[in-house]
Amino acid sequence: MTAPPGSLLAAENLRKAYGPTTALDGAEFSIHPGEIVAVMGPSGSGKSTLLHCLAGIVPPDSGSITYDGRELSAMNDAQRSALRRSEFGFVFQFGQLVPELTCVENVALPLRLNGTSRKEAERAALAWMERLEVDDLRGKRPGEVSGGQGQRVAVARALVTGPRVLFADEPTGALDSLNGERVMELLTEAARSANAAVVLVTHEARVAAYSDREIVVRDGKSRDMERIV
Amino acid sequence: MSIGHTLLGLLESGPRHGYDLKRAFDEKFGHDRPLHYGQVYSTMSRLLKNGLVEVDGIEAGGGPERKRYAITEAGITDVERWLATPEKPEPYLQSTLYTKVVLALLTHRDAADVLDTQRAEHLRSMRILTDRKRRGDLADQLICDHALFHLEADLRWLELTAARLEKLREAVTR
Repeated sequence: MTAPPGSLLAAENLRKAYGPTTALDGAEFSIHPGEIVAVMGPSGSGKSTLLHCLAGIVPPDSGSITYDGRELSAMNDAQRSALRRSEFGFVFQFGQLVPELTCVENVALPLRLNGTSRKEAERAALAWMERLEVDDLRGKRPGEVSGGQGQRVAVARALVTGPRVLFADEPTGALDSLNGERVMELLTEAARSANAAVVLVTHEARVAAYSDREIVVRDGKSRDMERIV
Repeated sequence: MSIGHTLLGLLESGPRHGYDLKRAFDEKFGHDRPLHYGQVYSTMSRLLKNGLVEVDGIEAGGGPERKRYAITEAGITDVERWLATPEKPEPYLQSTLYTKVVLALLTHRDAADVLDTQRAEHLRSMRILTDRKRRGDLADQLICDHALFHLEADLRWLELTAARLEKLREAVTR
């Protein structure tokens, strides 16, 4: 089997075991440019492992992952890191913002690491913070903002480099319904306007409802829900 | 939804003509299903017969649409009682799905497929509602939220049942 035509990121027959525990057992995945795909499944089903493999963070034991026609396993570590820095963005359950930096410095950080000047990086950061409606928090440190605000800052940081794929692992997992909803609205709006594809790992149906389609992972196997009805 | 109680409630703010009532109903509650004029007039004549409304005036030209209705004291009490009484939860969907899953197990069909098919259908509805909510005003948001929470509850049941299929198979085929 080959990657579906037109897909930006695709995985075939992925297998991954941690010692005696099988995390992925022949999982498949594909996403098109600008598409939002939810990865659902009970805890321990392998959905986070799938995300880590797709993002090149963890190598699978076997199977293939192609990004924009390139095989991830054929790249060396430096090439995969460069890919993650320039083409991918990440949002996790807990924002993982740097506590010593202000919010705008946090959002500007990926650009600064890529060599952009401070002034230019912070200008771009503020533009994203405006879209996520957190520009008024520019001078605050992560410890001084609420969970929902922190996640919106994290989304701005993930999108500031203009990634083609945004990986979001339970981005609303630590938020109440109202804040989670706002984060999802702003995240999907921002991603769509930037034409970034989103791999959205979640166990919540209300969060998955913001996607274009979903796959379900159970016992390390994936099922594309589009294909069953 | 009780159309009678809803129309009565709309009359509490002041007398209205039949066509005016329909318009108010459609605007506030009829996003999916606007009322037929026939429904309005049959409902109003029932409320009239039960003494919950009275005719407050008739415009020249005659015809049922020219009647102006006002709520009576008994009508107000009725609305009050309706608002204070909780709605009965409707477990019908679960029981239909449960029947399907058990039948699939009994006839050695793929019960997980039954659940996944339903799951995909539920998420499809949730997507439509989420989209509608995003575009809508606060009233739309609240109405969609109610539907979304119900669908989510069904989905949780579907997931839990999927995780317990083997146990259920043992129980029903014993």
